[in-house]
Amino acid sequence: MRKSYIGELEEIVLLVVVMLQEDAYGVAITHEINEQLNRKISISAIHSTLHRLEEKGFVTSSMGGATAERGGRRKRYFSITQAGSRTLQEIQETRNLLWGQIPPNALAT
Amino acid sequence: MKTSNPLPPKWIGKLLHRLCKPELMEEIEGDLLEFYRDWLTRYSPSKANRLFVLHAIKFLRPFALKSPFQTSSLNQNFMLKTHFKTARRQLIKNKGYSFLNIAGLSLGMVVVLLIALWTHDELSFNKHHENYDRLARVMQNQTFSGGEIQTWRGQALQLAPELRTTYGDHFEHISMASFQGENTLFHKLKALKQRGIFMESTAPEMLTLEMIHGTRKGLAELNSILISESCSKAFFGNEDPINKVIRIDDMPDVKVTGVYMDLPANSTFAEVNYIGSWELFATTLPEWLNWGNSWFQTIVQIGEHKEMEEVSKAIKNVKLNRISEESGLRFKPELFLHPMSKWHLYSSFKQGQNTGGRVQYVWIFAIVAGFVLILACINFMNLTTARSEKRAKEVGVRKAIGSGRKQLMSQFFIESFMVVVIAFIIGLAITLIILPAFNDLTGKQVQVLWSSPIFWTLCVSSILLTGLVAGSYPALYLSSFNAVRALKGAFNFNRSTVLPRKVLVTVQFTSSIVFIIGTLVVLRQVEFVKNRPIGYEKDQLITVPLKSEEIRNKFEVFRNDLLQNGLAKEVSRSSTSIAQTFVTNSGMSWEGKDPDMQDEFVTVRINHEFGESVGWNVIKGRDFSRAYSTDSAGFVINKTAAEYMGLQDPVGQKVRWGVHGTYTILGVVDDMISQSPYEPVKQTIFFLNYKGPGRTNLANIKLTGVAGPKESIAVIEQIYKKYDDVNIFEYDFVDEQYAEKFESEERVGKLITSFAVLAILISCLGLFGMSYFVVQRRQKEIGVRKVLGASVISLWKILSKEFVVLVLLSSFIASSLAYYFASNWLQQFEYRTTLSMWIFVTAAIGALFIAISTVSYNTIKAAILSPVRTIRTE
Repeated sequence: MRKSYIGELEEIVLLVVVMLQEDAYGVAITHEINEQLNRKISISAIHSTLHRLEEKGFVTSSMGGATAERGGRRKRYFSITQAGSRTLQEIQETRNLLWGQIPPNALAT
Repeated sequence: MKTSNPLPPKWIGKLLHRLCKPELMEEIEGDLLEFYRDWLTRYSPSKANRLFVLHAIKFLRPFALKSPFQTSSLNQNFMLKTHFKTARRQLIKNKGYSFLNIAGLSLGMVVVLLIALWTHDELSFNKHHENYDRLARVMQNQTFSGGEIQTWRGQALQLAPELRTTYGDHFEHISMASFQGENTLFHKLKALKQRGIFMESTAPEMLTLEMIHGTRKGLAELNSILISESCSKAFFGNEDPINKVIRIDDMPDVKVTGVYMDLPANSTFAEVNYIGSWELFATTLPEWLNWGNSWFQTIVQIGEHKEMEEVSKAIKNVKLNRISEESGLRFKPELFLHPMSKWHLYSSFKQGQNTGGRVQYVWIFAIVAGFVLILACINFMNLTTARSEKRAKEVGVRKAIGSGRKQLMSQFFIESFMVVVIAFIIGLAITLIILPAFNDLTGKQVQVLWSSPIFWTLCVSSILLTGLVAGSYPALYLSSFNAVRALKGAFNFNRSTVLPRKVLVTVQFTSSIVFIIGTLVVLRQVEFVKNRPIGYEKDQLITVPLKSEEIRNKFEVFRNDLLQNGLAKEVSRSSTSIAQTFVTNSGMSWEGKDPDMQDEFVTVRINHEFGESVGWNVIKGRDFSRAYSTDSAGFVINKTAAEYMGLQDPVGQKVRWGVHGTYTILGVVDDMISQSPYEPVKQTIFFLNYKGPGRTNLANIKLTGVAGPKESIAVIEQIYKKYDDVNIFEYDFVDEQYAEKFESEERVGKLITSFAVLAILISCLGLFGMSYFVVQRRQKEIGVRKVLGASVISLWKILSKEFVVLVLLSSFIASSLAYYFASNWLQQFEYRTTLSMWIFVTAAIGALFIAISTVSYNTIKAAILSPVRTIRTE
């Protein structure tokens, strides 16, 4: 399988999807990212990223949970796929591998 | 606590709906609304509204937007699919009709593809050379008596040094060059005949040769030679050719200093297999050559930022300024540059002006290609509309259940594109199959340009164009049917619907008849010129170059051997073959010569037996004879020369020829075609030449014909080898040399013939289809007529009449068009056939015959059908 490239924002969104478990949909993800990471990312950018992740096969989605707040419209819930999990783990391993080889005090402060 | 429940602006929601993918709308709107509630709790309603609009607009990005290629509703996409499905089913259901359509278009495509490839090859001639835009040959215009201006490619060897010293800043490179010719190359015991050229050391740089071994500086030494890859293979196989010793004819030995990649077939230098050093070549030339001896070429490369025109003007008088009175100042030589870009297509000159050349064929063929494609498109349009009655009901039903005109149009366009694409693929396949034969016919090495983007752009655009043109008529016309009337079956083909079809058939047959007439004219012109009395007997006559000093000295013995053998009737020697004279001389004076006349004669040096061997026809006086020793100062002239000199009674007249002395005219011979058969014969003088080395180096051998040509040649070679065992024995049949003069015109004739045949075939396919539908429509009428007692013949007449009228009308239009074009084309030949009536009549009758026989298959079939069956059908 061709290894899909995963961008920084994509990685973060993917992590948040995993973190939120059953509650991973557009608004919730945007809130988590903007509040926890103190970034200003618009809802449309998050949608776009989720769309890309779905195209790459890292997440799947299903519709469900209409609420009055949303004018009766349903939410699209995202969950991570096997491929998504594997990619996240690989990223982590690569980073660990490299961090493990950085001697103490090597980083300029 | 909010009492009201404000909503975001509605317009932005509408905008999103319009621009975004519908399947994403629910989540986008939901999420936006959720945010909106949140903003409302924190900010003022107006700020919340602003934020909503801002974020909504941010959604207008690629992932969410509808694809511009998608049509406005799902239903349309679905319809597109059904259009393809219907198109496929239509093709399969009406096999005969599809076959006619596709066959016609494929043939058209084949013609267009072949012509496109041919034209590309012609237009890309010499472009392989990187300095294509800056290379040129120096030409000269010389004015002869009566104001006739001749344009020569030849230049004196003094020209290059003169240009270099006086006009050097205009040029990057200047090189003298020999004319390309065949020489024998020797390496150890191996001898091969190779075509080559002698040029100065800058030649490889000018021609941008791609070196395989050695460098482009390889020609710097006098004793060096560059050879082509194929020449290297022929001599040395896989050995390293560098520094191998080669000898060219009897010149001093040279060393191979480089091997260049063979030049492509569409280059002027394509067949040059070796480039020798000009300096070496110059050592073999006589010392007395002056500005008057234009025996060589001068090829130049102008400077980087120079204009061809300006340089050409600047060098105009270079020769005039240097030439002396006796070497030809009186001819007022004017030099000019003939750029490489014009060498191939614009090579004809008349009165010093460039009059085109091969480019006319490029035009002719491009026009032919255009017309053939139009013919094929007309076929398609005609067949589709002829069938439209059958499809009228379909259109009615489609319209009744809600098809818009646009949908119907797209349906018909899809059908036409499908046919065009299939036809293109078949056409391409046929082209690939017949390309070798086509190359044979044209003498080219054309290939399909698989990797050229231009080729594919052209293919795609011609598919698009053909699809649009071919599909436009049915698409626009059929879709305009009125649904109710079409369903009722009240749809009638009145005058206004039949007329366009008639016009199309007329156009088609007009072009076909023009092609027929064009073909007849070209073939007749070639035939006419071929039948021109040539004045000598070219059959059973061969020429053999006498290459060594020994055989030239022992010529009489060689001759006797051949005669005793019984193979040869006569053997003579001369300076040139009677079918290929080219040497001219001037400076003659005779009694009654106009003092202002700049005379010029073709001269041929011969021995006593020459006239006998070529079988010339003495019309006044006598041939040279060994009985009179004074004949060595005698001339035999041709009829044109007698007229040219203005001599009523030429025999016995004295002609003074500068330092050569005075000659007496012994006899006059009939004109002999030894140059272009399309032009009048040049004034020619024949005289004996036994003195001096190397002037009459050609043996003319008239065979008795007791043995076949192959055996005769083999025996002659054996005898030749007795006197010259070093050089390769070569020979030429004079009738073949003569036939070469027609090669180019014959090729064009053959090409036009094949295209004309294809054009007619395409038209016939169309006519066949048309008549089929017309007859089908009138089946009931035929049935009724039969019941009432009409005979098969009278029915056939009634049904064929419509087409006969059209073809006759076409013949009339075509004749006048063809007359115009053909007489224009013929103008270029001095010696040309007349456009007699019978050509036009033959073409018209031929077209009529073809048309009637095509139509008759359908009409007779309908006429003999039992009326019971036709009337009953419904």
